[in-house]
Amino acid sequence: MLQGEPLQTVLKRRASLLANVRRFFSDREVLEVSTPILSSAAPTAPYLDSFSTRFSAGNNTKTLYLHTSPEFAMKRLLAAGSGAIYQIATVFRNGELGRQHTPEFSMLEWYRPGFSLTELMAEVDALMQQLLGVPAAVIFSYRDLFLNYLQLDIYQVDEATLQHKALQHIPGLTADWQTDRDGWLEMLMSEVIEPQLKTLNKPVMVTEFPASQAQLAKTERNQDGHWVARRFELYAGGMELANGYDELCDATELRKRFEQDNQLRRHQGKPQIPIDENLLSAMQTGLPQCSGVALGLDRLMMLQMNVEQISQVQSIPFTES
Amino acid sequence: MASYSTNEFKAGLKFMLDGDPCSIIENEFVKPGKGQAFNRVKFRNLKTGRVNERTFKTNETVESADVVEIDLEFSYTDGEFWHFMDPNTFEQYAADANAITESKDWLKEQYTYTVTLWNGTPLLVTPPNFVNLAVVETDPGVRGDTSGGGGKPATLETGAVVRVPLFIEIGEVLRVDTRSASYVERAKKD
Repeated sequence: MLQGEPLQTVLKRRASLLANVRRFFSDREVLEVSTPILSSAAPTAPYLDSFSTRFSAGNNTKTLYLHTSPEFAMKRLLAAGSGAIYQIATVFRNGELGRQHTPEFSMLEWYRPGFSLTELMAEVDALMQQLLGVPAAVIFSYRDLFLNYLQLDIYQVDEATLQHKALQHIPGLTADWQTDRDGWLEMLMSEVIEPQLKTLNKPVMVTEFPASQAQLAKTERNQDGHWVARRFELYAGGMELANGYDELCDATELRKRFEQDNQLRRHQGKPQIPIDENLLSAMQTGLPQCSGVALGLDRLMMLQMNVEQISQVQSIPFTES
Repeated sequence: MASYSTNEFKAGLKFMLDGDPCSIIENEFVKPGKGQAFNRVKFRNLKTGRVNERTFKTNETVESADVVEIDLEFSYTDGEFWHFMDPNTFEQYAADANAITESKDWLKEQYTYTVTLWNGTPLLVTPPNFVNLAVVETDPGVRGDTSGGGGKPATLETGAVVRVPLFIEIGEVLRVDTRSASYVERAKKD
């Protein structure tokens, strides 16, 4: 771990970042909240692995999961009438360790009842400009990115062409690599398109994701009649920094997506994840139309301090924790 | 044979790929969007010396390679093999022409080299970064020019040819950087 002056620099930078974030939201009358880190349910997303632990008090025992984001708990607050809220939370994701990943990191997540996705994107942009002094973000649709950088129309192209493009552009990918359509799209996005976004030297927001990548966002038909997810991602400095949704409020649809995830998990021989019934019943009571976003604060600090490794912005890196 | 999972990947790890021993230079964990994670690995094929990239699915496993690096003294060559000796055990190792491709211009008897062994056989001989070698051939120096501005070629006792300043003469011992094959300075007298 860092010592002396370099350590002080990191500690001070983090403290002032948190103070600036809090000022930003208090100026806008968004309320800071804290929600439980341990939960009896967890996200079902197939490629998101929660840490689990065991509660035991005599005969009373149960499996609990460390949250991968405060999303479900915050949505329960929203359904119960909290109004606009934000949280700075330490979140946990098993197995994710690398230059830009660490299993325990800081997430800034906020929800805006009554906001459209466009309004929330403008707020994210304002926060970025205020914290990093960067120019305004440029906005691309997912389709335009693939047209610009790979000359592919994602609504026309077949899976074989996506695979061919991936093998052609990504060094080290072997011909026997197996994935599905969304897998190829994500691969091309992260390996071919993202590195080129860095050269624009300003934040990029990507909108209109394929409906199959909706996660917990609403889907709709866009102007061209294609089904898209009302979702955006923010990229800066070649990194994915934030993910936002026009939040799905339909409990039946959400249960269906959770169940589909668990089915996919079963196919892959992964453990089933208990569905968050508390969240679903809160949504049945009524989650107000809202937009929400989660932003990685450690990566933001990496940009601020111009460093390459996420461990360089942490007081004590994961590998030494 | 032991195996490694991608979560154990790190620079320097030796593993088998398509039948060849390889060494990881750089390992990057990548998680595209919300999709399946993978490792982007840059590695050196220790047999060919070539650097390549390969993408591994996270949790994929590879076989470990029985590769070790040891310091050996160069003894002599019989033209076909280059013979090295472990100064502690006196054990002998014979390296073929492939293994000494990068070091053949720098091999001097009794000097120590880093030898990469795969299953006990020399795969690669790496010279030290700096060696002291005598000049065996060079044109006479130009009187008055001590700046070393233009320079001239000089052949060293191991056969390597490096550019040296004009004032260097036959018989002088030079300190040479083997990585760039360049003259550093006159070797200090012991």
